[in-house]
Amino acid sequence: MQGFLTLFKKEILRFWKVAFQTVAAPVLTALLYQLIFSHVLSRHVEAYPGVSYTAFLIPGLTMMSMAQNAFANSSSSLIQSKITGNIVFLLLPPLSALEFFGAYLLASVVRGMVVGAGVLLVTAWFGLPLPANPLWVLLFAALGCGVLGTLGIIAGIWADKFDQLAAFQNFIIMPLTFLSGVFYSISGLPPLWKAVSHLNPVFYMIDGFRYGFFGQADVSPWLAAAVVAGSFLLLSAWALHLLRSGYKLRQ
Amino acid sequence: MSHAISIESVSKRFGTLQALDDISFTVAHGEFFALLGPNGAGKTTLISAMGGLSRPDSGRIRIMGHDAVSDTRAARMQLGVVPQELVFDPFFTVRETLVFQSGYFGIRHNDAWVDELLFKLGLPDKANTNMRALSGGMKRRVMVAQALVHRPPVIVLDEPTAGVDVELRQSLWAFVQELNDAGHTIVLTTHYLEEAEALCSRIAMMKKGRLIALEAKDKLLAHSASREISLKLSGPLPATLAASYQARETDGRQILVLPDIARLEDVLRELRLAAVEVRELSVHETDLEQVFVELMHGGKK
Repeated sequence: MQGFLTLFKKEILRFWKVAFQTVAAPVLTALLYQLIFSHVLSRHVEAYPGVSYTAFLIPGLTMMSMAQNAFANSSSSLIQSKITGNIVFLLLPPLSALEFFGAYLLASVVRGMVVGAGVLLVTAWFGLPLPANPLWVLLFAALGCGVLGTLGIIAGIWADKFDQLAAFQNFIIMPLTFLSGVFYSISGLPPLWKAVSHLNPVFYMIDGFRYGFFGQADVSPWLAAAVVAGSFLLLSAWALHLLRSGYKLRQ
Repeated sequence: MSHAISIESVSKRFGTLQALDDISFTVAHGEFFALLGPNGAGKTTLISAMGGLSRPDSGRIRIMGHDAVSDTRAARMQLGVVPQELVFDPFFTVRETLVFQSGYFGIRHNDAWVDELLFKLGLPDKANTNMRALSGGMKRRVMVAQALVHRPPVIVLDEPTAGVDVELRQSLWAFVQELNDAGHTIVLTTHYLEEAEALCSRIAMMKKGRLIALEAKDKLLAHSASREISLKLSGPLPATLAASYQARETDGRQILVLPDIARLEDVLRELRLAAVEVRELSVHETDLEQVFVELMHGGKK
């Protein structure tokens, strides 16, 4: 337990010491998206009845920022430790796979949530209502960060070089988060793309998160929660398996 | 739990490379043990296997009686490893690094011991310095401290003095010697043979994944049979002597290789018979380096 707590604290400090880059930067990026897209699209789109596009956009951007930062936290920490070699100091002590996994995961969730809170804070004046169901908001924030944090652990273990990690980020994480209904409601999509979007777990994170704010969304929050929780459990089992087997970490 | 380290028939293969080939030996409690061998001999692979950084294909390793694979937690608590590569986490200060390392071993409130380690390793004024700002030698000292945060009874140092200045080498060895005197079992690998010779009581030599020698230091030195004598003579060396003792001449001195020091008597007798006077005589003791070179170049087992 002490091992887990220590590693968790170390992972928190690692991003907090460079918070300008790990928290402030993504918040600013999200604010820019919000400014530009709401300016360009506000008169053309009304996503849900009674919900302006500017308001609709906020939860999507927030979840996207949370997801990307949760992924970035665990994956970049692991790859840096592997490449500089200091991961050896985590492999020599008696840390269990579960402690190792839990610490990286929770730190990613914290980073994601801190970024998410920051994005909500700076974009709230665009007209975001108080959450209709704050519990759904919290649940989807935590689970969404959990899924991406876990994916970051897997990618960090797998990648041997920074460019492999960048490929994972650019070719898997970016498309998944961008094509998930961040900027639009998928109910307006042609049937094929609608069906494809329904295969994307990030879509359910954003949809459920939005439901928490507006009390309406494209799919039922229960279905969304089931998909996101299912993805989380599946990926966690995979990550734990990798850690227990020593894949790439203990040859 | 009769040995500090017990290695039984450990083999490890990376692709076509047999990194460890059926290695077996034990290290007793409180021993100061050296593991020597050229690069690629498998020393680091063996140390990695002890620390659970890599898993042997077969065989078993026990640290203070705990199996390194099936009883990892207990085995790792007993072991402190100083890795060969100079590595550090650039995000943190020296103290943070050591406090975190203590925590990974389940230890809270380790400040007193951390302070003592900093003091012993000559780092007290660097406690709050970022790791990035330290010189290579300083970083190496922090790595030694990291290996000791949990006061392990068994300490393994993988080439701790590679690329380290003389002063640090000496203070480091004094500290390691002190740990050994306090009852810690020490295993070290080094390229500096004089270090092994000065410090260690028993020596293992590895080559291409195999253990080619394992003996008490004195015995190993005695074994290395041949000794050289250097003679300054009043006249030419008799041809019979030159032939039977592989004589060569350097700086006006005759160097003879004796298979055994007892043969010196024969050499002197022959010289007397030939009426050649001995003006100077010196015997060259073998040192570990010579033994090492002999063993590594095939020769004897």
